[in-house]
Amino acid sequence: MARVDVRKTYKLYIGGKFPRSESGRSYEVVSQGRSPAFLANAAQGSRKDVRDAVVAARGAVAGWSGATAYNRGQVLYRVAEVAEGRRDQFVADVAAAEGVTRPRAERLVDAAIDRWVWYAGWPDKLAQVLGNLNPVAGPYLNISAPEPTGVVGILAPQRSSLLGLISVIAPAIVSGNTVVVLASEERPLPAITLSEVLATSDVPGGVVNIITGRTAELAPWLASHQDVNAIDLTGAAFAQGVDWAALEASAADSVKRVLRPAGTGTDAIEPDFTPTPSLRRVRAFLETKTVWHPKGT
Amino acid sequence: MPTGFEYAPAPESPAVVDIASSYGLFIGGDFVDPSDGASFKTLNPATGEALSDVSEGSAADVDAAVRAARRAYDRVWGPMSGAERGKYLFRIARILQERAREFAVLETLDNGKPIKESRDVDIPLAAAHFFYHAGWADKLEYAGLGNAGKPAPLGVIGQVIPWNFPLLMLSWKIAPALAAGNTVVLKPAETTPLTALLFAQVCQQADLPPGVVNIVTGAGETGHALSSHPDIDKIAFTGSTDVGKQIARSVAGTRKRLTLELGGKGANIVYDDAALDQAVEGIVSGIYFNQGHVCCAGSRLLVQESIADDVIARLKRRLGTLRVGDPMDKNTDVGAINSAEQLARITALVEAGEAEGATRWSPPCDLPDRGYWFAPTVFTNVSQAHRVAQEEIFGPVLSVLTFRTPAEAVAKANNTPYGLSAGIWSDKGSRVLWTADRLRAGVVWANSFNKFDPTSPFGGYKESGYGREGGRHGLEAYVAAGSED
Repeated sequence: MARVDVRKTYKLYIGGKFPRSESGRSYEVVSQGRSPAFLANAAQGSRKDVRDAVVAARGAVAGWSGATAYNRGQVLYRVAEVAEGRRDQFVADVAAAEGVTRPRAERLVDAAIDRWVWYAGWPDKLAQVLGNLNPVAGPYLNISAPEPTGVVGILAPQRSSLLGLISVIAPAIVSGNTVVVLASEERPLPAITLSEVLATSDVPGGVVNIITGRTAELAPWLASHQDVNAIDLTGAAFAQGVDWAALEASAADSVKRVLRPAGTGTDAIEPDFTPTPSLRRVRAFLETKTVWHPKGT
Repeated sequence: MPTGFEYAPAPESPAVVDIASSYGLFIGGDFVDPSDGASFKTLNPATGEALSDVSEGSAADVDAAVRAARRAYDRVWGPMSGAERGKYLFRIARILQERAREFAVLETLDNGKPIKESRDVDIPLAAAHFFYHAGWADKLEYAGLGNAGKPAPLGVIGQVIPWNFPLLMLSWKIAPALAAGNTVVLKPAETTPLTALLFAQVCQQADLPPGVVNIVTGAGETGHALSSHPDIDKIAFTGSTDVGKQIARSVAGTRKRLTLELGGKGANIVYDDAALDQAVEGIVSGIYFNQGHVCCAGSRLLVQESIADDVIARLKRRLGTLRVGDPMDKNTDVGAINSAEQLARITALVEAGEAEGATRWSPPCDLPDRGYWFAPTVFTNVSQAHRVAQEEIFGPVLSVLTFRTPAEAVAKANNTPYGLSAGIWSDKGSRVLWTADRLRAGVVWANSFNKFDPTSPFGGYKESGYGREGGRHGLEAYVAAGSED
């Protein structure tokens, strides 16, 4: 007789814990491709879950941004180590989520883990690359250095379920921001597995919070939330019922920094996440602080 | 009672500048009449007298200016080499230096700021901004913007600037835009258009190709027509947070880029080990410089409780020596409030401060009987919840709060929606750096305040806006982003 498999109950990832949605709702996740098959029931997050995640993310800002850059790099590299150990699970998740062949899924997972490693090397270099001493015309020491902007809301890419997900989370957190991520609505399983990786590595609870659910329902709460400093609208592309212009407009009320989705005009497309990125995504969630101090005797 | 040490009047002559009785709009290299013939008066706020009639640009005028800018971008300025663009900017910098006195006098007449500030701060810095950015024009690939490929301009830039530093804000906006190869349409503030119009003549004098710089005068409607124009690639705005939010909403869903320099409620933190006389000078220049019409003004004094009485006593003594009055007098420290409207806003907020229970104090001083004036004012017994501790007043009004520990100072300093500037006064380096790290502000002046330089990025956190102006970081606002990811 065939063994009865142990099915997982998928939950949210908030503040380093795995709560159910306070709404008690879940939704069916099916595989992509020619013959969709039931994969799992994912938690269907609510407005309250988003707010709880923002509270957790805000609470984690001081510790994460206050850690040394060396420490953040170590912690991020540790995530890659744990992810590498879970490679087979990621491959299975990605193959099922995206409806791609196993070899293709392997390439995507390898690229995703390598992307995380690439970012793990950035925290202790950003200030040197993006900051400088300013030669002001007067007797002052004057330095500009980058700082994290705070809590970043992220609409994860809808299609690239792991490489895309990592390509939007890592650049936001390398500098010390914390994030609230709305996972791909139809392909959330790699995000849930990533949350298990994060929970078992050294990333402090609250630095990354992942909500599964309906993007169109949840994104407006994130965009209008007064305690979210920036929002990445990458995942507005190909999301059911999501109008990125409306999200950007509501972000204006709190002078939120907005990273627009790729594309031209009012179009939103999902970019190709394969090439090595520039620092554009890192810069989008940075502030520049300039400190003046007189020189004299 | 006369002491024998009073300063004799030392008025600057207004004769060095010719003010025309009316001005057109500067579009495509020429002064042209507004399409519907509308105009408004610009006043000398120190006397209330009209200086000139200025054109009110309509949507059609804005459209003509944007078309002129687009044409110049496509045909002349975009294709021109960076080295050649730079030479024009160097020319402009030199002309501004040569005509500095004329500009300073005109700025003071139109704005009401003391001549010693327009002469020693505004105009030299404006020239320095053109000089600094001129050198970037042929070196953009060294700006470290992390873009794929060669740095490229964005196209036509719409710029809207405030009335507090009219020529300086113009130079902050126009110099980097032109250096990167963009063309501009700039709208000066309705109460202070004259130095921008004189700058238009400088552009002519420098033989800047027609259409590279266009100046459309007007008020909010004109600004709205500019920021909502479909053929603008980027909007740069300096002004109130409310208007900044409106503009951010209006560009939502477009690919127009936007940078915002908005309001502030800067904290000036004085620790008990600070050099107190220097700190008092810093407090004074932090809030009474330019009549407090400064977005990064140190409008909240956070003083350590153990020295609060001493600092306030020294501050009051120092304020008694501030000379308030005729901005054209070289001895004047505090000039006129820019407009009746602004005076009303300051008055209303100050009355709210009194109504909420804070203690109001001003040094004895005689204010002129015409024009718009407000005596330097200090509020003590201020709580964090008071409006005078939370809202930007944009006038010579200081709110004093106290703290006991460094952590409390930081918490109070960060306790507004704004995050533009802050000051720290302490003799202890480690405490200065500790504090600077924790302040959510774009510019932190340690043992100094209100210092500016073209090489130094300026801009805010939180609701003080996004983007930087000046320095290498400021260029980013005017250069194409390169690859999407």
